[in-house]
Amino acid sequence: MKRRYKSWGRYPRAEQEAVRLWWRNEPFPSHALDGKTALPRGNGRSYGDSCLNDGGVLVDARGLDRFVAFDPATGILRCEAGVLLADILALAVPKGWFIPATPGTQLVTVGGAIANDVHGKAHHRDGTFGRHVRRFELLRSDGARLICSPTEHADWYRATIGGLGLTGLILWAELALKPIANPYIAAESIRCESLDAFFEVSAESDEGYEYTVAWIDCTARGPSLGRGLFARGNHAPDGISNTPRPPGRGFTFPVELPVSLVNGLTLRAFNRLYYNRQREARTQRIVHYAPFFYPLDALREWNRIYGPRGFFQYQCVLPGSDGRTAVHEILERIAASGEGSFLAVMKVFGDLESPGILSFPRAGVTLAVDFPNRGQPTLALMESLDAVVRAAGGRVYPAKDARMSAESFNDYYPQWRELLPFIDPQLSSSFWRRTAGALT
Amino acid sequence: MRRVLIVGATSAIAEATARRLAADGDALFLAARNAEHLQAIADDLRVRGATQCETAVFEATDYAAHADLIEAAQTALGGLDTLLIAHGTLPDQKACEASFETTRRAIEVNALSVISILTHAANLFERERQGTIAVISSVAGDRGRQSNYVYGSAKAAVTTFLQGLRNRLHPAGVQVLTVKPGFVDTPMTSAFAKGPLWASPEQVARGIHRAIQKRKDVVYLPGFWRLIMRVIREIPEAVFKRLSL
Repeated sequence: MKRRYKSWGRYPRAEQEAVRLWWRNEPFPSHALDGKTALPRGNGRSYGDSCLNDGGVLVDARGLDRFVAFDPATGILRCEAGVLLADILALAVPKGWFIPATPGTQLVTVGGAIANDVHGKAHHRDGTFGRHVRRFELLRSDGARLICSPTEHADWYRATIGGLGLTGLILWAELALKPIANPYIAAESIRCESLDAFFEVSAESDEGYEYTVAWIDCTARGPSLGRGLFARGNHAPDGISNTPRPPGRGFTFPVELPVSLVNGLTLRAFNRLYYNRQREARTQRIVHYAPFFYPLDALREWNRIYGPRGFFQYQCVLPGSDGRTAVHEILERIAASGEGSFLAVMKVFGDLESPGILSFPRAGVTLAVDFPNRGQPTLALMESLDAVVRAAGGRVYPAKDARMSAESFNDYYPQWRELLPFIDPQLSSSFWRRTAGALT
Repeated sequence: MRRVLIVGATSAIAEATARRLAADGDALFLAARNAEHLQAIADDLRVRGATQCETAVFEATDYAAHADLIEAAQTALGGLDTLLIAHGTLPDQKACEASFETTRRAIEVNALSVISILTHAANLFERERQGTIAVISSVAGDRGRQSNYVYGSAKAAVTTFLQGLRNRLHPAGVQVLTVKPGFVDTPMTSAFAKGPLWASPEQVARGIHRAIQKRKDVVYLPGFWRLIMRVIREIPEAVFKRLSL
């Protein structure tokens, strides 16, 4: 059956068949492949082509959305791979548990979160999502079912976390949740007038705050370059008064716009307004976890705002003390280009090791920026950003990429060949063929 | 807390409905053909809050076993006040045209087996003077069309049977709910191209859950199907027979 499967950035477009999985005891769907390759698919929140398999088959695992077991005493949850983080939170938060290392949307599947070893505002405390995965079951195309954990099939565990879905079908996983007293976050927002101010606030926040991230005005230049609002927070303690109401159902952006609403004019205006929204140097509020972690989930299908050509997201991490200089250079190049986004996000990662061979996060500063797809100029800008990231010894996030060159990939992930023995012969993706495929 | 028997519990609509009942803390007894699938669903429903969740393997056309099934549910749950019948198949119309055996099989699974279970359950609920009987019929039963009239006539039989049953059980205070889903994106319809009229099993489940709570008689799900089917029923037969529907 043909269905229009897109990535979150709605670029590139791909044609592929789909097979849907409904049961975890089903065999690997080799019978439906007709000699083509397959790619496991979660909720399609990857931005680029790591969740596409042009000319092949997608194995849609959203039907695997059952819980298997949950112990409210220990916070150990076992569930199928197509369960959304939103479903887990709806179940676990009222029982006093939260997802450690949650990304900026709760609309991703557990399988996708493992395959991309996702990260979030707690990286400096909790590391990546993969660190909280106790075990999972992997179904290979030859029918083998492997239970993988740090101690059983440990090599497969390392290959599959961050393995971009290429090592097999993840059927279920067991997660260790973290205890909370209530659904609320004690949040602060601090105005940072420059890049230096960001690094200062970030360094002073690492110790006392579980969650940190900054929104950056990526149109600001000169002494204001890197200015933004630094958000930090902790789970609220027991016994707070004046609890905020949980958010409503939000809105769905109704149609794909004929042209992108994001252009030079709206960008500068939005960024200026957003930055100046907060007059005070610091505000403090108690908020529900949903708007704190997932502000964009309230506007469903927000990607439609970018019009039919879609958009790119560029996320890099720049390690070590040179990271500061490199991120300055990157912000300078973005501001000079006039490209840029409503949502530029910056965070300093901690040094907790990521468990996956191909995991993206490492110690350093990470910057994520959306670019509306304006074709060649946008691609040229990102290529020039790659030059900075490569020189700084950093890397770019495959889950958000639709365009990095094979050479860049090789520089970013020199260890990628370690993954080869674990890749299932019947699995592939557009991303993998475009990068590793061009190198072998 | 309801005590619910769900027949055809591994169907996508039944599973989605059961999740809502589990969240209410109901006690559930699930019957379906595949034991492994039943196990997966029962584990899920327990996590989601079901006070109790038991399973039994069940074959729709094993009529002799239907009374036992209801009794097993009663025993396991300590009583029974809600029945949801959701099992069914989507027969291949062309294959039915070519073979009476295929047609008979389709009618047995989609109509006779439902009527058999209803016969036992109706007597029980009438005696106890309480309860809810909800059955998944279909908009396809509202009018015969060349593309699926075997399925449609089975569903029409169920719909009409339920009308009569509702009439009979009303004095006993038993709710009889006829659920008429339109196009629903489930494994049963996986071969179809999906368009804007298609609903998710979750949407349909929300409607069933609400209809049970509000003690409705008949619901179209999603609700716009009530209007569509009214129009379709109004087309004169002389015109209708010329349409390729």
